[in-house]
Amino acid sequence: MKKLLTVLLISGALLGAGGSVFYAGTAAGDDDDDRRTYAWNDWRDARRMSRDFVPATHPDYQNECSVCHFAYPPGLLPARSWEKLMSGLEDHFGDNAELAPETQKGITEYLVANAAEHANSRRAAKFLRRIARDETPLRISETRYFVRKHDEVPERMVAGNPQVKSFANCAACHRSAEKGVFDDDDVRIPGFERAHF
Amino acid sequence: MKNYLLVGVLISAPAFAANPVVEELMNEFRAGSALAFSAEQGRELWTKEVMRNGEARSCASCHTSDLRDQGRHASTGKNIKPLAPSVNPARLTKRADIEKWFSRNCKWTYGRTCTVEEKGHFLAYIQSQ
Repeated sequence: MKKLLTVLLISGALLGAGGSVFYAGTAAGDDDDDRRTYAWNDWRDARRMSRDFVPATHPDYQNECSVCHFAYPPGLLPARSWEKLMSGLEDHFGDNAELAPETQKGITEYLVANAAEHANSRRAAKFLRRIARDETPLRISETRYFVRKHDEVPERMVAGNPQVKSFANCAACHRSAEKGVFDDDDVRIPGFERAHF
Repeated sequence: MKNYLLVGVLISAPAFAANPVVEELMNEFRAGSALAFSAEQGRELWTKEVMRNGEARSCASCHTSDLRDQGRHASTGKNIKPLAPSVNPARLTKRADIEKWFSRNCKWTYGRTCTVEEKGHFLAYIQSQ
């Protein structure tokens, strides 16, 4: 009986250790406070999620939106943000981006259905966790997670860089962005190829 | 008879390859008037700058002044495929697209919709490229 208890205790400890290894694995390459963002209760959910984003493949979203900008995966913003953004297209960050009512409805439904709350992605969860409940951010580049992830990137590499111009231009530097992957390792800033992040 | 037909095609072909979508729009813009649309005037309007939100804007802000070149969105930096049908045959083929972009881009550039004259000149210019 004592033996059995010991075996159980040891296997329990091993399982626990396995869990920690997984933990460390997901946090590698990310900033140190990522560990804090996973409460024990989230752990099971986190393991079932994919690391990055499902790319935005909705045909109307591609045709209408990503003609002017990167097709941001819907998981980057909460549903309420997409709803607000899609209801103000006549002044879309200074641009007129009005759509036919049917098209607008279809794209809104797609964005809301796949928003951060439903994206099943660990990175989407990180974006979401840092947005206060009473906040409805419209610019992805102003969300807390985004800002912290880019705080070491000087202006001359983005706004002052004719090959990038804006943080809106994800794919200029994130070479796997079209696949929904935003790993640090994939970043190459045009004109600053030798800089490391 | 065959030869006559061929000659006819060669004569009517020169400046603009006939584009039924553009023809139809231009006819609507004229609305029975004698309004004439010129590629040259379209070219001049293309680079004419208007001050908006503290910046000088024109069509060339995003599409450059050579329509055969790739453009770049002025605020997002995203590449825009060339507008010239000679290098991008998909251009000027869909009426809904033409109308949508006139609507959106005139508002961004000028803060108003474009007049039928302006639109006709733009179409003539783009078509000639």
